[in-house]
Amino acid sequence: MHYDVEAVRRQFPILSGGICYLDSAATSQKPNIVLRAMDTFYTSQNANINRGVHALAEAATVAFEDARKTVQRFLGAKHAHEIIFTRNATEAINLVAKTFGRSLAQKDRIALTLLEHHSNIVPWLQLKEEKNITIDWIGLETDGSLNESSIADVLSKKPKLLAITGVSNVLGTKIPLKEIIKKAHANGTLVLVDAAQMAAHEKIDVQDLDCDFLAFSGHKVYGPTGIGVLYGKEKLLNDLPTFLGGGDMIQTVTTDGFTAAELPRKFEAGTPAIAEAVGLKSAIEWIDSLGIAAIAEHEEHLLAHALEKLQTIKEVKVLGPKDAKKIASCISFTVDGIHPHDLTQILSEKGVYLRAGHHCTQPLHNHLGVVATSRISVAAYNTIEEIDRFATEISHAISAWKK
Amino acid sequence: MDLYAENILDHYRHPRHKSVLKNPTVTHKEENVSCGDTVELSLSMKDAKILEIGWSGEGCAISQAAMSMLSEELIGKTTDEALSIATDHIHELLGVPVGPRRTKCALLCLHTLKNTLRAAKNEPVQSWTETVGEQ
Ligand SMILES: Cc1ncc(COP(=O)(O)O)c(C=O)c1O
Repeated sequence: MHYDVEAVRRQFPILSGGICYLDSAATSQKPNIVLRAMDTFYTSQNANINRGVHALAEAATVAFEDARKTVQRFLGAKHAHEIIFTRNATEAINLVAKTFGRSLAQKDRIALTLLEHHSNIVPWLQLKEEKNITIDWIGLETDGSLNESSIADVLSKKPKLLAITGVSNVLGTKIPLKEIIKKAHANGTLVLVDAAQMAAHEKIDVQDLDCDFLAFSGHKVYGPTGIGVLYGKEKLLNDLPTFLGGGDMIQTVTTDGFTAAELPRKFEAGTPAIAEAVGLKSAIEWIDSLGIAAIAEHEEHLLAHALEKLQTIKEVKVLGPKDAKKIASCISFTVDGIHPHDLTQILSEKGVYLRAGHHCTQPLHNHLGVVATSRISVAAYNTIEEIDRFATEISHAISAWKK
Repeated sequence: MDLYAENILDHYRHPRHKSVLKNPTVTHKEENVSCGDTVELSLSMKDAKILEIGWSGEGCAISQAAMSMLSEELIGKTTDEALSIATDHIHELLGVPVGPRRTKCALLCLHTLKNTLRAAKNEPVQSWTETVGEQ
């Protein structure tokens, strides 16, 4: 089937002004249908959930639980109550670090990779600070893929948990998760997948992957900010201690203590982001209407074209794998003689928006030996013409800067 | 490329006083952690007066050009005069509007200068909030 990118684009009001938005890895733009779904919720269903018996409270509760079922389908989870709503991927990862981490002791180890985002590093470093645990790092090949012997080496130390991204938010590297999860389980290691960068670009099936936990953010999958998801296997979630305390997460409270509510409410203290959950549901349905495989194929064309264009500019150095089949979402690069911040600003003045900096991955940048890089990232609504425009503006910037 | 006015690019390409001092009285380094830009400033001082200046650094054109521009004004200034340089002055030196995202790039030089002078007096360094001021 023909992928009609112009028809996709028309659904995004923010893109109508002709901006060239190449920063979807930071956050994606939102289609009309998502904005309308949230608007409709507020104009016809708004009430607090779980706390009332009137008709609106009922409607809002149903809308919120429908959103949970949509996420369940999106991830291929066995049960809807394995889906915990959080604020974002960061909070989902913190939930695991702070609850699972409570039972860890000094001799225990946690495994990470050098590709991780600070969101999937700092919660574990906090645990290291508190509990004196050891963190082992899986290293990289020169092209940014994971080093096989490093994986084996780190897993042989029998870490309690491996926290690993599905797609690098800098190099775009796609991680062979299923294989690694199998190896981890063979060593008795649980696996948390940081799917923040992966969720908009690859079909996820948590049962097929057999991951123990998985986190993602609504705002990177065409949904609103303020809503994220933690998936966890039922048994594991049941065994974890509670996270934040408050309303909704309890069964009973006395002056002496409390008993926790059942899943999923056990981990959802306080009034959640109800309208945002409704927005996320709509975003997932929007993705499904196009088909995530069709979006991924379109994006692969864009990335292949960008790689080709960038490699014709001699001042540009691409940092990750130079094969579009091995990457998703993004490409990072440096330009000889122009600092990434200057480059981003120059391009911004031309309406071309990309990202510069360390992209919340200082350990990876240290490993690559660069302080900052520039990154383009693509989504369902980007076009080949935009990639051309971006490449042309880079060339212009280089010649203007060097004159 | 309004922001990259000719004099900014000129200072970026040909930074003034970007050299190592032989016997500095004080040397201090600051970083803009959000982007990794650095400036290390060395001052040679006598009777609370700046006699010589040298600096090194890495980063974007704004941060490096601003340090170069500021370095041209420091020799002969007293500690108190240098400490009283305001953020507005750096913006005047650059001569073009710097958006909020780049404010810290522009003010890295001033932040480094103030903390170098504080270091010289054995005083604790000031925070970025103090340098930038409540917006
Ligand atoms: C790989 C990865 N993990 C985690 C995050 C954090 O996402 P959020 O800020 O939405 O919690 C990001 C976002 O940049 C990311 O790219």
